[in-house]
Amino acid sequence: MERFVFLTLDGLARGAVYAAFGLALVLIWRGTRVVNFAQGALAVASAYLAYTVTGATGSYWWGLVAALAGGLALGALVELLVMRWAGRAGPLEPVIAALGLVLLIQALLGMVYGNDFHPVDTPFARTALTVRGFDLVSPYDLFVLGAVLTVMLLLAVLFGRTKTGLRMRAAAFAPEVSRLLGVRVGRVLTLGWALAAAVGALAAMLVIPTELGLHPTAMDLVFVSGFTAAVVGGLDSPVGAVVGGLGVGVVLSYVGGYLGSDATPVAVLLLLLTVLLLRPGGLFSTVQARRV
Amino acid sequence: MRPLLEVQGLTAGYGGVPVLDEVDLAIEPATICAVLGANGAGKTTLVRALSGLIRPAAGQVVYDGRNLDGVPVEDRVRLGLAHVPEGRAVVEQLTVDENLRLAVLWRRDRHVRRDLAEVYELFEPLARRRSHLGHQLSGGERQMLALGRALVAGPRLLLLDEPSLGLAPKVIAEILTLLARLRDTTGLTVLLVEQNVRSALSVADRSVVMALGRVTTADVSDATLRHAYLGF
Amino acid sequence: MARVGLRHLTVTIAGASALVGLTYLLDPFRNYQLATAAAYLCATAGLTLLIGLNGQVSLGHGALMATGAYTVALLPSGMLLLSVAAAVLVATLAGAVVGVAAARLRGPYLAGVTLAVTMVVPAVTTMADAVFHGDQGLSVAAPPAPLWVAPERWQAWQAIAAAAVTLFVLANLLRSRFGREWRAVRDDEVAAQLAGIPVARTQVLAFVVSAACAGLGGAMFAVLAQSVSPSTFSLTLSLYLLLAVVVGGLGSLAGAAWGALLLVLLPDAIHSVTDGLPLGPDLAQRLTGNLPLAVFGLTLVLVVLAVPGGLQGLLVRAVRRLR
Repeated sequence: MERFVFLTLDGLARGAVYAAFGLALVLIWRGTRVVNFAQGALAVASAYLAYTVTGATGSYWWGLVAALAGGLALGALVELLVMRWAGRAGPLEPVIAALGLVLLIQALLGMVYGNDFHPVDTPFARTALTVRGFDLVSPYDLFVLGAVLTVMLLLAVLFGRTKTGLRMRAAAFAPEVSRLLGVRVGRVLTLGWALAAAVGALAAMLVIPTELGLHPTAMDLVFVSGFTAAVVGGLDSPVGAVVGGLGVGVVLSYVGGYLGSDATPVAVLLLLLTVLLLRPGGLFSTVQARRV
Repeated sequence: MRPLLEVQGLTAGYGGVPVLDEVDLAIEPATICAVLGANGAGKTTLVRALSGLIRPAAGQVVYDGRNLDGVPVEDRVRLGLAHVPEGRAVVEQLTVDENLRLAVLWRRDRHVRRDLAEVYELFEPLARRRSHLGHQLSGGERQMLALGRALVAGPRLLLLDEPSLGLAPKVIAEILTLLARLRDTTGLTVLLVEQNVRSALSVADRSVVMALGRVTTADVSDATLRHAYLGF
Repeated sequence: MARVGLRHLTVTIAGASALVGLTYLLDPFRNYQLATAAAYLCATAGLTLLIGLNGQVSLGHGALMATGAYTVALLPSGMLLLSVAAAVLVATLAGAVVGVAAARLRGPYLAGVTLAVTMVVPAVTTMADAVFHGDQGLSVAAPPAPLWVAPERWQAWQAIAAAAVTLFVLANLLRSRFGREWRAVRDDEVAAQLAGIPVARTQVLAFVVSAACAGLGGAMFAVLAQSVSPSTFSLTLSLYLLLAVVVGGLGSLAGAAWGALLLVLLPDAIHSVTDGLPLGPDLAQRLTGNLPLAVFGLTLVLVVLAVPGGLQGLLVRAVRRLR
């Protein structure tokens, strides 16, 4: 029972990361109908930047700031240099271009930092707090939950309450009409990619210390989990991605805790297939899945 | 008086197939010009080329003495050129209020609030449905919203593509009366694309007929001409 | 139809014979490279058909190659032809499972599912440690080459034979009713459906056929390397295959061949350049592994942006201009 409670809370923290990562995928999907397969690689690149900055300043927090800023910049660059030009021929091209970026980014990181795992410290302890002899939840898990919650609230305010958010929603739903009304849709898309990459970078910063450490491919499996989270919402629903992320996190925590961590990739695959086969449009999607 | 809009030799189309074939057109300020013609005559393509949604293959569009070649869509509305596309392109996932505010996001002046209030005054039903989503509106309400959304940007030239499509005659009459009033009070210039010839002619100062991508005649006031080109 | 089949057979036999002749001109290292390219070709030919003709991206073909390779490694050596046939069968079954599950999925979903499949490979080898020996992998004892032929040349012949069979079968499939249905589905799913083509079945079939090709390629990998381990079949391998078919020219078997050749020759060319540079051992080691990856990634992005038809497309256009 004690273990079950701990695994649940730990799974929620892990799930919060998947939720954030899935949310970033949803952001881009809504705006451009592209699944950004490069998001994991972009996030790892931001985390490496944080590693360097933390190494130089000795402060985790400066590293975190650098990762978020780096994510913003990388996301904007990818949209401006690649995605803006790749989307014209068909739906296949942006996906292939993103996969090319995965190879390129991971290779560049390997060249600069080497292909070994770099262990990364957490700003708070990862040992569980005990309440009346019960292992409950670690301070770091609380930090993760708090950080993701903060970002989600900020995004909700940005999208729901600001002019920029209104532009982004309009540009995603009706790009042509938005342009006729004076919205600079190109800039809005750049901003969307930048924001999504920054959220992805945050996810990487939060999850990498809890795994084997920093490595060019460290986010590959997280990508699949985050993708599964996004698919739960039919790729279109931010709420769906959050709920999906938490669900995936808890399930994986149980699988890892009771069956061993080697089983988690298999569990992710089974989860993804289950969601897709049961509800191809996602559990939260308001629109009918595209079917012939 | 110098025309507000001058179109010369405009040729445009989709994927290399020309739909517009050397169109010439001039519209005086504070007038309503009706563009008539059958389906497929190129009316919508003309409007899309004017607002910059498609790039012309040849010819030029001069607006207020300025050549619009190379001016992107988003900037044309800033110059006072508003386009209400066919099918009342309300953003269905946004509320009425958000749809309206979307149109004034680019404005930096202090009168935005006043202009929004004016639109709500002009279209009372919209004020009552302020927080409803676009997809909950009726056809007439959508047309009001699309029109109000264009007007709130304070345009000098309004491009209206088939505003009467699918609307009740009473609503059509209201909209056209409003256009005539705005022309007389604010000096608004309107390019009105219509298939509904009778109602368009009732407010238009001038009409042109398009067929097969060309402006075939610049005067349809004569009943015989009307018969020849429109078949009734 | 029969005449087309006959022409395909003639071209295949002529091409394979030419390549076998070529093996007498190449040194053992080049023969090994030729063999590797031929093994890659089995997989890229199947993948180009899936992506180019069906519009579906798969990131799981590296994993499907793994099923073929591990099948060969687990079966008793001696009857190589039987093990290879079994490898193709196992990969076909795996492809059918993934294909049926993914049949209703378009674009991003299929890519996501197949990515998840690739992630599973190392986990499965570790979980069933007793069978697959985890990260260590298994060794493959392929029957030795006959005494009258050099081992590398013999390996090249085996791989060339596999590639020739793959190309022959695929070329005929493309010419058949299935090929036409694939193209119809790619061009317009709704129209294909209206024309009475079973869209879902067609897409599953395309996936299964490409999986069988990947299984054969994986089996040849095992025979050539005489060992299998999960690290060979990482996501990078799947991305390599994707790169090969995109750079070669999507949907074209000739393009798949160009791509397979590129996968072998480009890293080699890059190594010969970096070997000439005065680099520290640490930097040299980092570059050796990563520089080809970086070049591949950049190439993939640039081809998507600037050269839609890939190498084969360029070649076709150049030939047309000459005429």
